[in-house]
Amino acid sequence: MLGDEAIALGALYAGISGVYAYPGTPSTEITEYIQLSPQGRSGAVHSRWCTNEKTAMETALGMSFAGKRALVCMKHVGMNVCADPFINSASTGVRGGVVVLAADDPSMHSSQNEQDSRFYGKFALIPFFEPSNQQEAFDMMASAYDLSEELELPVLMRTVTRLAHSRAAVTPGEMRSQNVLNPETETSNWNLLPINARRRYKVLISKQPEIAARAEASPYNWLEPGPEGGLGVIACGNAYNYVKEAAPQGISLLKVSQYPLPAALVRKLAEHCSSILVVEDGQPFVEEQVPALLGAGYKVEGRLTGRLPRVGELSPDNVAAAFGIAAKTTFPPSENISPRPPQFCQGCGHRDVFTVLHKIYEEHPEGRVFGDVGCYTLGSLPPYKALDSCLDMGSAITLAKGAADAGLRPVLTVIGDSTFTHSGMTGLLDAANENSPITVIISDNLATGMTGGQESAGTHKYEAICLALGVEREHLHRVVPLPKNIDEIEAIIRREMEYEGLSVIIAERECMQTLARKMRAKNAKK
Amino acid sequence: MKLDIKLSGVGGQGILSIATVIGQAALTEGLYLKQAEVHGMSQRGGDVQSDLRLSTEPIYSDLIARGGVDLLISMEPMEALRYSNWLTPDGVIITSSKPLVNIPNYPDQASLLAELDALPKVIRVDIEQMALEAEVPKSANMILLGLAAPHFPLLSADDLRDAIRSIFARKGEAIIEANLRAFNIGLHYSTNK
Repeated sequence: MLGDEAIALGALYAGISGVYAYPGTPSTEITEYIQLSPQGRSGAVHSRWCTNEKTAMETALGMSFAGKRALVCMKHVGMNVCADPFINSASTGVRGGVVVLAADDPSMHSSQNEQDSRFYGKFALIPFFEPSNQQEAFDMMASAYDLSEELELPVLMRTVTRLAHSRAAVTPGEMRSQNVLNPETETSNWNLLPINARRRYKVLISKQPEIAARAEASPYNWLEPGPEGGLGVIACGNAYNYVKEAAPQGISLLKVSQYPLPAALVRKLAEHCSSILVVEDGQPFVEEQVPALLGAGYKVEGRLTGRLPRVGELSPDNVAAAFGIAAKTTFPPSENISPRPPQFCQGCGHRDVFTVLHKIYEEHPEGRVFGDVGCYTLGSLPPYKALDSCLDMGSAITLAKGAADAGLRPVLTVIGDSTFTHSGMTGLLDAANENSPITVIISDNLATGMTGGQESAGTHKYEAICLALGVEREHLHRVVPLPKNIDEIEAIIRREMEYEGLSVIIAERECMQTLARKMRAKNAKK
Repeated sequence: MKLDIKLSGVGGQGILSIATVIGQAALTEGLYLKQAEVHGMSQRGGDVQSDLRLSTEPIYSDLIARGGVDLLISMEPMEALRYSNWLTPDGVIITSSKPLVNIPNYPDQASLLAELDALPKVIRVDIEQMALEAEVPKSANMILLGLAAPHFPLLSADDLRDAIRSIFARKGEAIIEANLRAFNIGLHYSTNK
């Protein structure tokens, strides 16, 4: 099974009562696996998608408050969205076990950055895990939930694309039953008024030696000593796999999969060796900490010193190169190849929206179209080239408002339906309160399309939401993005661009992927 | 004994289904398996690839090192060439010969196919045409798997047929039959040419 599926199965075996998540590559398959499991289908484990990562994190904490185990899943940038409740949950502590799963995407296969979620674990002062393979991902879920309840703290688990989306066989252990409802939680711990927050923060600090001791004794961290005086390698999470295949004889190896960084094990490796190479996927999180443990005189190499690339994911090739081993290639790279970027599906409604925007853009080179995160970000590429920004989830409307505040005209924005409910609605309220001169297009495909067509939180509610937020009835339009309606859509957009105030155009047509899936399911039944 | 396979193609052509079938067969046969996939945005008509490693011994890395691919299976000729420098000296390419032109700067097709044919071990077949003729237009990927089947020292054709039945079970009997027929067409071509 996929690494993601191993995590999901591990959580089910650990007795979770709910998974709370917003789709995001490479984390999506965790929640989908639970949704399709017998426990998910019967409703014994809650598994419906949340509106965003913050609502997911808080709802999971509510379940924990009531005594039950909950899982929170997201891609790495989702950690930024839920950072507020995530950090504070270390102060409240947890009742039922809580595991927060962050799937990092080094090399940005499908992301805007390659931030390393381990920094969040250190920031929150909680224990965190980083599995090296699918079996460990499964096993760790039980360990993480037990640890969470023992220490009364949330636990972070970090995975990366190459583990999340890679398959291997997994042998499950024993299934644990769910916790019973237990509302006898000490409410003052969860009420972070300054007087309680100061007390709870001291409690969190007092747990730090125990958290560190658990990492030192963890069954997921171990030392494989080689000859004395040789090279010592610290391999974190899935980096261990590349090191095991690429490393020459005669190295000593410290595998790290449970944090905080086990300082005593690092010192033991350093004493045994003459220098240390840190191999870790993502950012140089461990490499930055090791010199502080060993003193400036000890030679430590890795991504910061250039022995490994500073950016991008690890690979068997760049890890081998760090050991001075060149790839054994036989054939030269071909010259008859061109890049093949992703593109809109045939028949996709986003295409019709961008056909219009492209035309308007050519006539108004002084204007700007602010975009957002989703399939429609492809509207920035040829042949459309009609999208100027993609910052973060929900940013289209607020960027547009700021630019309009500065005097830019005309200002258009395109945001997807799921992105709009994720975190675009609050920005629209700001824009409505000031009647900002921007034209908002909600490109509504009735799904969270880019991650595979999951349900979208606000389907069929967008008109009501916009009206409730204060968009004027005469400047709120609904259109069906089809080639035959392009003239009508163009006329509406042109009219609203002239209006010195807020307008919203909801362009609603189902995602081709979800439509095709429904057709296939219908045909299979025949 | 191990076999390192790279699968490549264009999003939507069905390379993940090929990988899933091989993976299922390998698990049933008790082999060690690692299979790295590409999900998300790149599946929308862009280039996709998957590393599939089968072995009788435990495997660590999810990815294959450059120069280590024993078998390159591709649904599209340019996507085969994209990874030709990953092959071992004895590495075999099995690819569809029909270009999928969905980009404005697709390379000259004649020189692309000439470069492909100049490599030592290449089997290239117009599987789409075969799929149309056999009236299994949606199962060209299983024709390709059939073509590749004789190159799996660790798996038999029956292992792969069983895996096809199990992977497509949810999609109904007609889809299973179409995929099995496509697989057999590819296998027959490969063993009788």
